[in-house]
Amino acid sequence: MCLAIPGRILTVTDDGALTRRGRVDFGGIVKEVSLAFVPEARIGDYVIVHVGVALSVVDEREAARVFEYLQEIEDTRELEIRDQETP
Amino acid sequence: MKFVQEFREGTAARRYARAVAAITTRPWTLMEVCGGQTHAILRFGIDELLPREITLIHGPGCPVCVTPLELIDKALAIARRPDVVFCSFGDMLRVPGSHGDLQGVKASGGDVRIVYSPLDAVALAGRHPEREVVFFAVGFETTAPANAMAVLRARAAGLRNFSILVAHVLVPPAMEAILASPRCRVQGFLAAGHVCTVTGYAGYDRLAHTYHVPIVVTGFEPLDLLQGIYMCVRQLEEGRAEVENQYARSVRREGNTEAQRVMSEVFEVSDRQWRGIGEIPRSGLSLRTPYQMFDAERRFGLTVQTTAEPAECIAGLVLQGVHIPPECPAFGTRCTPETPLGAPMVSSEGACAAYFRFRGHPRGEG
Repeated sequence: MCLAIPGRILTVTDDGALTRRGRVDFGGIVKEVSLAFVPEARIGDYVIVHVGVALSVVDEREAARVFEYLQEIEDTRELEIRDQETP
Repeated sequence: MKFVQEFREGTAARRYARAVAAITTRPWTLMEVCGGQTHAILRFGIDELLPREITLIHGPGCPVCVTPLELIDKALAIARRPDVVFCSFGDMLRVPGSHGDLQGVKASGGDVRIVYSPLDAVALAGRHPEREVVFFAVGFETTAPANAMAVLRARAAGLRNFSILVAHVLVPPAMEAILASPRCRVQGFLAAGHVCTVTGYAGYDRLAHTYHVPIVVTGFEPLDLLQGIYMCVRQLEEGRAEVENQYARSVRREGNTEAQRVMSEVFEVSDRQWRGIGEIPRSGLSLRTPYQMFDAERRFGLTVQTTAEPAECIAGLVLQGVHIPPECPAFGTRCTPETPLGAPMVSSEGACAAYFRFRGHPRGEG
C-alpha cells in the first residue's frame, strides 16, 4: 500500500496549485503524476511517487550517502570486520 | 531504474551485513513497521544475511490487514448496489469480509474496479454523472494526502456522485500500542520511510525517549534496510535510543508540509478499530465536517451484520509482532492465498503472504 517508486520528470503543467502535474518516466513507462505536493520539483528531477502523487523530490546527495556511510564504517571498523571474515 | 537498482547491489549488501555482524555482541529484536519492508526483507533474504543474534519481527504496517471487518462488510454492501461503481486498490479485492469478498461481488455482477490512484476514481465520477462512484480510501499517512486531494478535486469540480469509504489509520499510535503492551518484544524500530516522507519524524522523539527505543526511519530497498538495521543495532549496542533517518533521500525532518496541509484540511484524527488488534485511540482519520458530503458511510446509511473472525486466525498477534506466520497452525494448510482465513494472507504487504510466497510453506510448493 505504501509502495512508492522513483521516476524522472519529463514535463510540468502548472495551471493551479491542486492540479500541478507532469509526465514522469519510470524506467521507460511514462505516466501522468500529480506534482501538487512538490512545488519545488523541476523537469529532470526524480520524484518519489505513490498512487499517482509525487511525495518528495529525491535528494541525490543523500542517495550517495548510503554508499559513503558503508565505506566509512568499514574504514573505521576495518579490523573488526576483517577478524570476522577469518574462518 | 535509477535509485532502485543500485540499492539492490549484492556485494554492498553483503558488506553491510558483515558490518552488522561486526558490531553485534548479543541478541536484539527489531521490528520493521511497514509491510512493504517485510516483503523486501523476505524477497531479498535480508534476514538470512544477518547474524543469528538479530531477529526481525514484522509490524502492523499493512493497512489492508488492519481494516476492520465491519468496514469490509460495508464496502461489500455498497459494491453490491446496482447504482454504484466501487473503486479500490487491487489489494482489497481478496480480503475476506463476514460473507465473501469484493472479488466475489465483482464475479456476481457488481461494478468493482481496480484503480491505480484515487484521482482516477474522481475522473471516473466526472465521466459518469449518472453513477455513484465510491473509492475505498484505505491506507496510512502515505496515502491520506492523495485521498484528501481527490476529495478537494471532486469538490472543485462540483461532483455530487463521488464519495470515499474512509479506512485511514495512523502509524505512530500503533507503534505506541505495541510498545505499551506487556507482550512487547521490540527493542528497536525501523520506521516506515514513505509514511515519514509525508509526516516527517519529529513526532517520534517522544516515543524513543519514553520507551527508550531506537527508531530509524528506513527505506525499502535492500541496502536501505541493511543500513537501517546497522544504525539501529549500533544504537542498541551503544545504549542509545534516538531517532535517526536512514532514508534521507526522500524523508526530511519536517516531512512534506504541503501534503500535511491538504491532509489536515480534509481529515481530522479520530479513534479507530484495527482488525485483529482492537480500538486504538486517535489512530485513524475521518472526514472533517465540511467534507462529510463525501463520506460514503453517511451517503449510504449502512448498518451491517458483522460476524466474528475465524477463531483459528492469529492475524492480530502476527500484526503486533508476537508471532511470525509459520508459527500459526493454519499457515499454508487451512489458510492459503486461495482460501485465506485472514487479510495478511492476501495483501501484498501482509506478512503471511510474504512468508507463503518467499519462504515456502507446509505444502512444499513455495
